[in-house]
Amino acid sequence: MKFVLSYLSPYKGRMAVGFLFKVVGTVAELVLPLIMSYMIDDVVPTGNVLALSLWGGGMLLAAVAALLGNVKANRMASKVARDTTERIRSDLFCKTLSLSARQVDEVTLPSLVSRLSSDTYNVHNMIGMAQRLGVRAPILLVGGIALTFMVDAILALVLLASVPVIALIVFLVTRRGVGLYTQLQRSADSMVRKVRDDYTGIRVIKALSKGGYESASFRAVNEQVSRNETKASVTMGIANPLLNAVLNLGMAAVVFVGAYRVAGGNAMPGDIIAFTSYFSIILNAVISVSRIFVMLTRGGASAKRIGAILDLPAELVPMPDLPAGEAEGDGADVIRFEHVSFSYGGAPALEDIHFTIRKGQSLGVIGATGSGKSTLVALLLRLYDPSAGQVIIDGQDVRRYEEKTLRKKFGVVFQSDFLMAASVKENIDFERGLADEEIVRAAQYARADEFIRAHEGYEGMLTAKGANYSGGQKQRLLIARALASSPEILVLDDSSSALDYRTDAALRKTLLENMQDTTVVMIAQRISSVRFADKILVLDGGRAVGFGSDEELMRSCEVYRRIYASQHGEGGDCDGCN
Amino acid sequence: MAVTDLTAAPAKGSKRAVLVRLAKYFLRYKWRVLTAFFLMLGSNLFALIGPWLSGLAIDAIALESGVDFAAVSRCCLLMTIFYVIASALSYILSVLMIRLSQTIVRSMRQDVFDKILLLPVSLMDGMQAGDLINRVSYDIDTVNASLSNDILQAATSVVTVVGAFVGMALASPIMLTVLLVTVPIAVVITVVRSKTVRPLFRKRSAKLAQLNGFSEEMLSGLKTIKAYGEEAPIIEKFRQKNTEAVDAYYAADYYGSLIGPAVNFVNNLGTVLISTAGAFLYLYGFVSLGNISSFLLYSRRFSGPINEYANIMGEIQSALAAAERVFRLLDAPEETADVENAAQLTEVRGAVAFEHVKFSYDGEREIIHDLSFEAAPGQTVAIVGPTGAGKTTLVNLMMRFYDPQSGRILLDGTPIDRFTRRSLRAAFTMVLQDTWLFEGTIFENIAYGKEGASREEVERVAKEAHVDDFVHMLPAGYDTPVTDGGANLSKGQRQLITIARAMLSPAKMLILDEATSNVDTRTEILIHDAMAKLMRGRTSFVIAHRLTTIVGADLILVVRDGDVVERGTHRELLAAGGFYKEIYSAQFE
Repeated sequence: MKFVLSYLSPYKGRMAVGFLFKVVGTVAELVLPLIMSYMIDDVVPTGNVLALSLWGGGMLLAAVAALLGNVKANRMASKVARDTTERIRSDLFCKTLSLSARQVDEVTLPSLVSRLSSDTYNVHNMIGMAQRLGVRAPILLVGGIALTFMVDAILALVLLASVPVIALIVFLVTRRGVGLYTQLQRSADSMVRKVRDDYTGIRVIKALSKGGYESASFRAVNEQVSRNETKASVTMGIANPLLNAVLNLGMAAVVFVGAYRVAGGNAMPGDIIAFTSYFSIILNAVISVSRIFVMLTRGGASAKRIGAILDLPAELVPMPDLPAGEAEGDGADVIRFEHVSFSYGGAPALEDIHFTIRKGQSLGVIGATGSGKSTLVALLLRLYDPSAGQVIIDGQDVRRYEEKTLRKKFGVVFQSDFLMAASVKENIDFERGLADEEIVRAAQYARADEFIRAHEGYEGMLTAKGANYSGGQKQRLLIARALASSPEILVLDDSSSALDYRTDAALRKTLLENMQDTTVVMIAQRISSVRFADKILVLDGGRAVGFGSDEELMRSCEVYRRIYASQHGEGGDCDGCN
Repeated sequence: MAVTDLTAAPAKGSKRAVLVRLAKYFLRYKWRVLTAFFLMLGSNLFALIGPWLSGLAIDAIALESGVDFAAVSRCCLLMTIFYVIASALSYILSVLMIRLSQTIVRSMRQDVFDKILLLPVSLMDGMQAGDLINRVSYDIDTVNASLSNDILQAATSVVTVVGAFVGMALASPIMLTVLLVTVPIAVVITVVRSKTVRPLFRKRSAKLAQLNGFSEEMLSGLKTIKAYGEEAPIIEKFRQKNTEAVDAYYAADYYGSLIGPAVNFVNNLGTVLISTAGAFLYLYGFVSLGNISSFLLYSRRFSGPINEYANIMGEIQSALAAAERVFRLLDAPEETADVENAAQLTEVRGAVAFEHVKFSYDGEREIIHDLSFEAAPGQTVAIVGPTGAGKTTLVNLMMRFYDPQSGRILLDGTPIDRFTRRSLRAAFTMVLQDTWLFEGTIFENIAYGKEGASREEVERVAKEAHVDDFVHMLPAGYDTPVTDGGANLSKGQRQLITIARAMLSPAKMLILDEATSNVDTRTEILIHDAMAKLMRGRTSFVIAHRLTTIVGADLILVVRDGDVVERGTHRELLAAGGFYKEIYSAQFE
C-alpha cells in the first residue's frame, strides 16, 4: 500500500487542485439544504417574494458550481489514476523481467501473469475511486455533521454518537477483508495456472479424451475461487446494512430528542427538517465510504501482491569486486569452469565441474537425461549462480560482468525455446534491430532460408508458439535467431533434436565453415552432433566423467564408448553402412 | 486458415442479445431470483416508510398546540423497528445475491473452460494463452461485480424511485408536478451518455485484453528475453500497449465521470425548485411543514437512486463489454459435430488405411498431396523424411485434430469421421515430441493415462520406462510436484514420464512422434524392451529421426514435400538405394 502512495507523490500538485475542485463542488452541494432551511424558517415568515426568488437563484448557482467542480475534479482524478497505474504496471513489468530464474521459480509464472493483469487492474480502480469518492464522501460526511452542529448542537451530538460505532464497524470489517481478498487473489493464481496448462496441452488432453477430467479439476479450482470470493464479499457486505441501520436509528433518536427541544423552545421545527435533509446526505456519504472501503480493501490486497514483487531484492547483480579469476597462460581462455557445483535446492545438479575451453576451440556436452547439461548452460549464462566454484568467461568471473555485457556475448537456443506471435523476421531479429542481410544470412546458415521462402517469406506471421511451423522448422528459426548477431559464444542446447540427420549435419558444417570466430557450445543427445567438437564434456549424474576430443574419449571414457555403441552398433542391420 | 475472429467488432443490436443471454443465466435460478426480488421489495418498502413516519413526527412536533409527545414516541419507535428490519432484509438480500451471482459466474467460468476444451485445435493454435486467461479471469470478474452489485442496485433504484414517487404524490401533488420538470433532463442525459460511452467501454476491454495477452506471451519467453539481454525493446512495446490500455480506460472514465455530477445537478435543481416552490406554497398555506419535510426526504430518495443508477451504468457498460467477449468465445465454432448416428468405437482391431488424402492447413499451401497406405492390425508403420515434410500432420489427421480436404482415412474399414471423435481418440495413445505435463505430482501425471490407475500400476510402468530411476532420487518421490519452470525435471525425464503414461493406456493404436528425441541413447536402449512391449499388439505409427528405432518397422514410408516417395521395409529400401539410403547414411557421417 505504501508504495502506491510513493507512486502518487509526483501528482501531489494535480491531486491538490483536483481536491480543491472537489471541495468546491461538494461544499456547494452542502450549501443547498442550508439555504433551504434559511428560506423556510427565516424568509417565508417575512413573506418577501423578491428575497425568496433571490435565495432560489442562489441555490441554482450553488447547483451549477457543484456540477462544474465535480466534473473537473473527477476528470483530474481519472488522469492521476491513469498515469499512476501506467507507471506501476510498467515498473512491475520491468521488475518482472529483471527477476532471477530462481525468483521466477519461486513466485511461479501464472502468479506473475495474474499480478500484472488483474492486480494492477484492481489498483487502477482503487486509485480512481479513492480520489473521487474518497474526497467527496468524507467532505459530505464531515460537512454534513458540521452543518448539523450549526443548526442545533445538541441534536448533532445525538447523531454524532453513532460515529464511533460506525468507525468500529468499518475497522473490523476491513481488517478481516484484506486477508480474505489476498486469499482470493491467490486462488485466482491457480485458475490462471490451470488455463495456461490446458492451453499448452490441448492435444494430449484431446488425444487421451481427458476433457471430463480436466473439466472436473478446473471445477475444483473454480469452486475454490468462488468460495473465497463469496466469503470476502459476504464479509464486506455486512458493512452497508449495518451502517444504514446505525445511522437511521440515530435519526430516529434525533427526531425524538428534537421533540423535547422544540417543546422547550430550544429549536424550531424547520431545524428538524434541515436535519433530516443533512441526514440523507450523511447517510449517502456513509454508504459511499463503505463502498470505498471494499475497494480499498480489495485494491490493498492487490497492491500488497504487486509490492511484494517490486520489493524483491535484485539478484544476480554484478559483483565487480570479486577476484577476477586468474587467467591461465596467455589469457586466451574463453570458457572456464573452476570446480563448479550447483543445486536447485535438493540434490546437487552439478558437482565439481572443472574444465577450460580456449580460443578457437569448440565444446560439446553429452550425457544422459537429467545429467545436468542444461544446468551447465544456465550457469554459463548466469541465470543462476553456482553454489561453489567459479564460472569464468574471457578471463572474468561471470558475476563481475554487467548483465547486458555478459549476455551480449551469447547467442543461445534453449530446449523448448520461445517463438512469438510475430513475423519470421521479428522472431529472428528479436528486437535487436539487425540489418535484413544479417537476418537472411543467419537464416541461410541455419538452413531455414529455403522453407521460409517456400512458406510466406520473412514477413510471414507465426501464430502463438509458432504453431504453424513444424518442430524442425521452429528449431531452425531459433538457431537463426541465435546466429543472427554473430555472437562470441553460440550455445545450442539440444536444439537440433527435431532435425533429421542430413539437415543436422549440413547445419553443423555451415556453422563450422562460416563462424570460425565463434566459440560453439553444442549440447546434444547424439554423438554425431558433438563429435566434431574439439573438447567434449561427458556428464553423468551431475559429474564430469570425461573431457577430451572424440578420439581421446573413445580411448579413455567408458561412458562415452557406451553412448557411442548405443547409437552406432547395436541395431544389427547397421552392418556395413558405417 | 479460416480462423474465427474472436475480437471483431460485434454486430449492431448485440447489447440486447448480451442482456438476454445474461438473463438466461439468471432464469436457471428462478426461485432464488424470485426470493431476491421479494426481499428487495420488502427491504425497500420498509426503508421508504421511514420518511413518512418522520414527516408525521415533525407534524406532531410542529402542532399549534405544542408537541404531541405520545405521537412522536410512537413514530420514532416505529421508525427504529422498520429501519432495523429493512437493514436486516437488505443484508440477507445481499448475501443471497452474492451467492447467486457466484453460482452464475462459476457456471459461466466452467462453461468457458469446457468450451476451451471443445475448441478445434486449429482455433487454439491461433490464440494466445493470455487472451483465454483474460476471458476466464478479468472478463468474468467484471461480469460478477456487476451481477452481485449493480443489478441489485438497479432493481433497488426502480423500487425506490416508484416508492418515492408515490410518497411524494401523497405528500404534495403540486410540488411533485414542479419536480417532474427535471425528469426529462435526467432521461436525456442517461440516454445520450449510454450511446457515447458504450463503444468506449468496449474499447477499454479490448485494449486491456491485448495488453494482458502480450504480457502473458512475453513472460512465457522470459528466459529467452533475458538470455538475449533484450529487455529494453520488449519493455518499450509493453509501455506502448500499457499506454493504449490506460488511455482507453481514461477515455471511458472521462465521459463516465461527467454523468454522476450531471445527474446530481438535476437532483439539486429539483431541490432548488422544490424549496422555492415549497416556500411559496407554505407561505400561502397549501402545504404543511411535515409535508415539505417528507417530500424533501422522498425527493432525495427519488433522485439518489437515479444518481446511483448513473454511476452503476458505467459498471454495467463495462460488464456488458466483458460479457460480450465471454459469449463470443462461447459461440466460437466447436470441432465440427460428429456425424449423425456416429458410431461409438469400441472394438478396435487397428487396421488403418489412408486413401488419396490431400490436406492443407491454410487452404493454400498443400502439405499432403495424395497419400495412400495401409497398415494391418499390430503392424508398425514408420514415417521418415526431412523436417517440415508433413509427418506430424499425419498424426493431426489420424486423430482428427484436422480433417483432410479430400480423400479418406479408414479405421477397420470404416471412415474415421463415422466415429465419435471421443471414441476415436480414445483408441489412440501417444507420446509426442513436445512433452506435456501439467502442474500436479509425478504420480498424477502418469496416472493421467488411465482412468483410476492404482499406485502399483503406476509404479510398474514407471519402472519399465525407467522413470523410477530418477523419481527415487527426488525428495518426495512420486509425490514430487511438476512445476512450471521445470527446474526439477529435465526435458528427457519429462518425456520418460509421458512414455510411462502411454504405457498405462489400454488403447489399441499408438503414435510415437519423436517419442525419444529428448532421451539420451543409453536410456533409450534401457527402455528398449519397454518400448517394444508398448508397441506389441498395437498398430503403431512411429515418427523418428533416429533411424535405429525404426529399422524393425513393418512398413517405412519415406515422406518428402508431402508425398510418399518410397515405401517398404528397411532392407528393401536400403537395397533400393534411394532417398532413404541417403538419409540413413547421413547419420553416420
